Amino acid sequence: MSILVNKDTKVIVQGFTGKEGTFHAEQCLAYGTQIVGGVTPGKAGQTHLDQPVFNTVKDAVKATGATVSMVFVPPAFVGDAVMEAAEAGIELAVIITEGAPVKDMQMAKAHATKHGMMTIGPNCPGVITAEECKIGIMPGMIFKKGKVGLISKSGTLTYEGANQVCKAGYGISTAVGIGGDPIIGLSYKQLLQMFQDDAETEAIVMIGEIGGDLEIQAAAYIKENITKPVVAFIAGQTAPPGKTMGHAGAIISGSAGTAKEKMDALSAVGVEVVVSPAEIGKAVTKVMG
Amino acid sequence: MNIHEYQAKQVFAKYGVPTPKGIIAETVDQAVENAKELGGPVWVVKAQIHAGGRGLGGGVKLAKSLDEVRELADEILGMQLVTHQTGPEGKKVNKVYIEDGADIKDEFYLSVVLDRAAEMPIFMASTEGGMDIETVAEKTPEKIIKIEVDPAIGFQGFHARELIFGLGITDKEEQKKLMKFAAAVYEVYMDTDAEMIEINPLVRTGSGDFIALDGKMGFDNSALGRQKFIAEMRDITEEDADEMEAAKYGLSYVALDGEIGCMVNGAGLAMGTMDTINYMGGTPANFLDVGGSANAETVAKGFEIILKNPNVKAIFVNIFGGIVRCDRIANGIIEATKITDVNVPVIVRLDGTNAPEASEILKNANIANLIVGDDLGDGAAKAVAAAKGEK
Repeated sequence: MSILVNKDTKVIVQGFTGKEGTFHAEQCLAYGTQIVGGVTPGKAGQTHLDQPVFNTVKDAVKATGATVSMVFVPPAFVGDAVMEAAEAGIELAVIITEGAPVKDMQMAKAHATKHGMMTIGPNCPGVITAEECKIGIMPGMIFKKGKVGLISKSGTLTYEGANQVCKAGYGISTAVGIGGDPIIGLSYKQLLQMFQDDAETEAIVMIGEIGGDLEIQAAAYIKENITKPVVAFIAGQTAPPGKTMGHAGAIISGSAGTAKEKMDALSAVGVEVVVSPAEIGKAVTKVMG
Repeated sequence: MNIHEYQAKQVFAKYGVPTPKGIIAETVDQAVENAKELGGPVWVVKAQIHAGGRGLGGGVKLAKSLDEVRELADEILGMQLVTHQTGPEGKKVNKVYIEDGADIKDEFYLSVVLDRAAEMPIFMASTEGGMDIETVAEKTPEKIIKIEVDPAIGFQGFHARELIFGLGITDKEEQKKLMKFAAAVYEVYMDTDAEMIEINPLVRTGSGDFIALDGKMGFDNSALGRQKFIAEMRDITEEDADEMEAAKYGLSYVALDGEIGCMVNGAGLAMGTMDTINYMGGTPANFLDVGGSANAETVAKGFEIILKNPNVKAIFVNIFGGIVRCDRIANGIIEATKITDVNVPVIVRLDGTNAPEASEILKNANIANLIVGDDLGDGAAKAVAAAKGEK
């Protein structure tokens, strides 16, 4: 067991033949992900990385039975690509693209929801079920199979957290990078519930950031619904107010969305909150008893 | 990206959002010429900087004669304007906006921002215009009306009715005018990929018209590629020179006031690194995200920018190589020390893809000042010790 994806998941790549799409699809194939084809408009009939290329997502789904799409389409076209996937019957779109206009993602997300398609990202490392299926750009080798689920807004903090969990001897069930943009797909709440329901996962690590209030909502959700132990780190305790720190979502304005506010909310519901990401491994050891 | 008030009003005008007449000036003479052209009898002289609270800081003043316009423009142009949003050092005023004085009956507040939870734009409006909205939200939250607008249906009549009844507008003509005003503001928001529009105050004049007396706009940087008209409004004098220089090399840099320079890949890990330094008793000198495609040149540039800050006593390079291979970063660091004179201890922690190879490369390079950190905690501890002059 795991969440969202596993060794049987069939994946297509939108933006398959581009530079990024090619490089990462190759890495995913090497990891063992079942990439069964890809979409690049105008290139139907070609073969790329030994897989068929299609003009449209509809054609790709029809021919391959894929249920997940990994999206590498350039930012200006990513909204369009996600809406296409939603209408073609894709169940989960993993959007890696960075720099997508917020308005486009807003429209695309609403359309995806209408068609029952889940999304992850944009501007995220993707999702990985350790030693089974990697859909994204994370370094696969650090994710050893295990019992800890991981949810993170930040790419490299996902790797840092996963690495510590594995070095502490526990391993990862599934790790999801949700991205730090203003509009994102699956968020803490839904993923916490999926990990709660997953028999394989015994503890959850959530990594957040300043800005927005998703972590505060997550705290309220944990209180009511989550019985598995949760470890959390919130990046940006030392970030100056009003400054953007790389991620569009990481803007603090006034008192809303500060690291302290989020850490307090999570502590109050029994989450093991660490002050430094260097403590994640230790904290997992503690909650796993 | 943010723009000035006078630019926001140009955008408003394009979409039919009423504003007072005004002309921008960069010199005192120009300011007086503008005032003559506008005709008077009263004018407002307004400092143009990217920060709120200009009035309280002394950057917005009323003139009742051309002589007063001259006097005030002379006073405001070139001043270092300090407001609650500029920080204690303030911002230099390079431009003043000369505007017709308005016949103000009362003042309202109106803004549109993205509601992240609802994932759609939201109007905020209040009868408490001219005040700091954060203060209103804190003290009298019931005086703020919030109206979400689903872009799939756009700004409808019911949205507008919620607004006018919420603000207590009873006159039929005035209701029509404000509904039209709000619809135009929504159009500006959607059409220009705005991130934020704030009109504070939105005034009702003696003759029952609604005009945007102030205008603040911010835009989604990811959409500037398709918003040429907006992108051209960028004022680089409002931006930090070091941050811009860094951006040219794909680096994201923000100066802070501590002692330990940080070079990290990824925004989250960069903030996490700053937090760890703080936790261990040190102070971060900057935020620096080298991004996903770090190489010798970008690393060298990173060192150069960090070392411009005279407070830096040590540098902590913290890279978790995913797609970025650590051996390449190690070579980059060695190259960088040849290009830039790095005269403080450099603590390097490389983990992830090809980390053992990277460690070998660094050891064999025999660079003085270079200390290897085993993991995030160890590296941060060593950086804090080095900044304090301990070995």
